[in-house]
Amino acid sequence: MIKLRGICRDYEVGDETVHALDHIELDIAAGEYISIMGPSGSGKSTLLNILGLLDKPTAGIYELDGSDVSDLPDDHLAQVRRQKIGFIFQSFHLVSRLTAHENVELPMLLMGTNKKERRQRAEEVLDSVGLRSRLDHRPDQLSGGERQRVAIARAIVMRPSFLLADEPTGNLDSKSGGEIISIVEDLNSQGIGLVVVTHDPDLGDRARRHLRMVDGRIHSDNPRKSA
Amino acid sequence: MKFIDLIQFTAQAIFSHRLRSTLTAIGIGVGVLAVVLLTAIGEGVNRFVVEQFTQFGTTTIAVQPGKSSTLGINPAVLNSVRPLSLADAVALERAPYVLYSVPAVSGAGSIEANNRERNVNVFAVGPGFDRAFKFNVNIGSFLPPDNLERARPVAVLGAMAAAEIFGSGNPLGQRIRIGNERYRVVGVMEPKGEMLGIDLDDTVYIPAARGLEMFNRTGLHEIDILYAEDAPVDEVVAGIRRILLARHGGEDFTILTQQQMLDVLGSIIDVLTLGVGALGGISLLVGGVGIFTIMTIAVRERTEEIGLLRAIGTTKNVVARIFIGEAVLLSALGGAGGLLLALIVIGAVSVLAPSIPVNVSIMYVLLAELIAVLTGLIAGVLPAYKAASLAPLDALRTD
Repeated sequence: MIKLRGICRDYEVGDETVHALDHIELDIAAGEYISIMGPSGSGKSTLLNILGLLDKPTAGIYELDGSDVSDLPDDHLAQVRRQKIGFIFQSFHLVSRLTAHENVELPMLLMGTNKKERRQRAEEVLDSVGLRSRLDHRPDQLSGGERQRVAIARAIVMRPSFLLADEPTGNLDSKSGGEIISIVEDLNSQGIGLVVVTHDPDLGDRARRHLRMVDGRIHSDNPRKSA
Repeated sequence: MKFIDLIQFTAQAIFSHRLRSTLTAIGIGVGVLAVVLLTAIGEGVNRFVVEQFTQFGTTTIAVQPGKSSTLGINPAVLNSVRPLSLADAVALERAPYVLYSVPAVSGAGSIEANNRERNVNVFAVGPGFDRAFKFNVNIGSFLPPDNLERARPVAVLGAMAAAEIFGSGNPLGQRIRIGNERYRVVGVMEPKGEMLGIDLDDTVYIPAARGLEMFNRTGLHEIDILYAEDAPVDEVVAGIRRILLARHGGEDFTILTQQQMLDVLGSIIDVLTLGVGALGGISLLVGGVGIFTIMTIAVRERTEEIGLLRAIGTTKNVVARIFIGEAVLLSALGGAGGLLLALIVIGAVSVLAPSIPVNVSIMYVLLAELIAVLTGLIAGVLPAYKAASLAPLDALRTD
């Protein structure tokens, strides 16, 4: 459950104050599938970063699963990110010196999970994204689609409530992109909330709920037209 | 994050840049190598000197004429410094705990005998000298226990002096000329080696009274006292002082215990050791700068990774620990490498050139490694702090 009330995010650019987000009101239920679209600079990435607790709102209240997280200290935020949120980035952000399974193990490594359990869970999730045969490959030995699948595996290995994806197919060809989309939609059908920020109308239209942002405000909030 | 995982993670990061990690570690390694080698030499010299001084026993005291350890002008000194006489040496034999009181004068002189002449060290001493300093007589006997003031003209030759003059012949009973006087050889000493550069075998021993005459001196160079092993040094010194004060009427002499001599030498050598150790420390410092540089570069290069780590829920603290861990591991590895190399060099030196005194002090070894690790820690703190304080979002954006 996500509840945003009066969320603002202002940037100081020179003498000017830019309102990247302007009094956003938004509720997202567990397991929803939402796409956020809009022109560049409309605030959709800022909104995603606020949702992912990578950025703090200038004003407003953010409730995540019933608790107010809008003004938590840094270490608490890190803990909430670790437990509830999985990120999928356009440029994957894999650690290049680590193998696929080591990248997936990272969140558990930082948690202090023991080695055997880490390895086992990493293998499970890598298997679930179809990378059983690529466990010990490093990112530079993987294709773009495979890298993004490793990143997805890393995002879901802690069993988060929400997956936040910022242009997840932006760096991929359409075939790999399609595979990635079907993987995350599959995860969504298993109950993980999915928020996708994209420019790609085909991808955006697949979501069950469409947010359209313009100038830091939610311009429209519609369910998918055709059933 | 578990400690073992932290080490493994940091090790992975270090080994992913093999060349530059090696070079950086070498910087620290050379520092440790320098510290360990230089202090080993200092320690070796220290031990060498102590051995030289204690080879004749540790329970010795030297009494020398003149008061040297006070500052300012002692009224008694203005009057006169009474020389140490043979009678003083005899009197000191009665001091508590004293086993031997040996008068000594020394100088250079030439021996003539057998149509040969040789310049040697002349030690004019009392008859207790050989026993006091554990010099063993090879053949014959040492100087006879004559009355000190009227000793007979007899001489004892050092091993080399005897061999050079008499060859394989028997010197006992032979007449030799030292300076302008004739002496009869009564004994030959066992070879003894050197002490601080003085050849103890190229010598001749004659009675102290004869030496005073030969070198035209009114007083002894010093009186060497050997006291009982279990005696309290303070009381021995007090006894000697009491007797000499009574005889001289003022403190115009200096009593130096073996321990004092060693302390003075030891403190000089300690300062030298510390000095050369500090020189080595400079190279450690340079190594530390290397680590600082590499860690600063690493933080900049891995900004994206830091952002990712923060996004998946790593606290600032853990990020800092990862980078400090890398710096410490680098320096610890470099330090260990330097230590290993130092031990190999020292081992090689002690096998190939045993005359060079080197001595590894385990304390300095541990200290060097500790300082290496501390250097890494200090060098790593600032870059690690920088890494930890990056905003996750900004860090992620640097592609």
